[in-house]
Amino acid sequence: MNFLALAAEILRKDLRIEARSREGLNTLLFFSALLVFLFRFALGPTEAQVRQGAPGLLWFAFILTGLWGMARAFQIERENDCLEALRLVPGDLGGVYLGKVVGGCCVMVATELAIVVMFGLFFHLDLWPAGGRLVPVLILGTVGFVAIGTLFAAITAHLKAREVLLPLLLLPLVIPVLLPASRLTELVLAGESLGAEPHWLRLLLVFDLVFLVLGYLTFPFVMED
Amino acid sequence: MDRLGVTLGLGAGALVVAGLWMGLVQAPPDAVQGEVQRIMYLHVPSILTAYLAFTVVLVSSIGYLVRGTRGWDRLAHASAEVGVVFTAITLFTGAIWGKPTWGVWWTWDARLTGTAVLFMVYLGYLMLRSVVEDQDRAGRYAAVVGILGFFDMIFTHMAVEWFRTLHQPSSLQRGTIDTALKLPLNVNLLAFVVLYAYFLARRLRLAALDEAVEARDLGE
Repeated sequence: MNFLALAAEILRKDLRIEARSREGLNTLLFFSALLVFLFRFALGPTEAQVRQGAPGLLWFAFILTGLWGMARAFQIERENDCLEALRLVPGDLGGVYLGKVVGGCCVMVATELAIVVMFGLFFHLDLWPAGGRLVPVLILGTVGFVAIGTLFAAITAHLKAREVLLPLLLLPLVIPVLLPASRLTELVLAGESLGAEPHWLRLLLVFDLVFLVLGYLTFPFVMED
Repeated sequence: MDRLGVTLGLGAGALVVAGLWMGLVQAPPDAVQGEVQRIMYLHVPSILTAYLAFTVVLVSSIGYLVRGTRGWDRLAHASAEVGVVFTAITLFTGAIWGKPTWGVWWTWDARLTGTAVLFMVYLGYLMLRSVVEDQDRAGRYAAVVGILGFFDMIFTHMAVEWFRTLHQPSSLQRGTIDTALKLPLNVNLLAFVVLYAYFLARRLRLAALDEAVEARDLGE
């Protein structure tokens, strides 16, 4: 099977599972709402504090929900030995990787948008003017996160200690993506344009690309039995 | 192998003693920081050696994924372990240097944080190896971390150029170091690299013996 067709097939399969069970998104949305409320308790009633910390808090929430989303992408494959079937897929395993990454990005960006909206509503932040610039930042940050996340979710899916190991391995490695993404979020929320500090944008783009390429190249070794 | 180990060990010992004497006794104190600056002779060589160690991890990880031979995997594992030790030395000496010059043992400076993150990446690498029982699998998974970790290292190193940091920029790279300080630094760097080679040789031999014992036990 051709590479892109394979990726599309995997994506379609994952989205169909999601659409039919609604297990992933529903849980993620509920969890996100919970996080937003927890932030309120952690920071006290003054909204100024929340506003100041918003970029960091947002990415913190994205990481927590993202970790869960990543782990789930491979948990659904563990049932009924689907991992075995994935291994036997005709054609380039890189296609499976690409499909998983795109699917993971879809779920994660949808969750992120929900978190941003809730954040804006509950903390009275006017996010509309920044919206158009915020979405590309979210997407770019998420691509890098999911590029490595998918790889490590595949690795840890086999292991007993997967709940602990996934964040342990993933979080230090994605710092080169998370740092510029949260910095750009800060800029955008402050009303600046994306190009205000071009080196951050460049850094984010470079590491997105590096992580995607490395993920694509190493994924077949991770899936090998 | 053993003879190489002994030679490296003696060479490393002699060089470390010479380097320490040059750095702590013979070199003049720094114009600005005075005697405190002498810790540079440990701090800088240890991080450069750690960089070298993690570069070896990158190369041998790729080697293992491409070739699949045990030797590459053992090299990656051994080098990662030694690299973690040198990173720990860097963090410790940095804290000791930070207290008198900055007034604190630790600060959330980009370079410090980056180095701590690097330390965690390779600790994770070692932890992953220890939880996967199958040797071949552990090697493949670890290789992926070893390759990705290298790019994290580049990020950490470049961090000083990109962020406003408290940490001084590298005097070696900018060429702003005086010759009287540079020679002892170079001797110490050489000493640390030979020390690294010695640790690596020992660790490789240990790994080979380990695998031989395991193979014999399985054979019985």
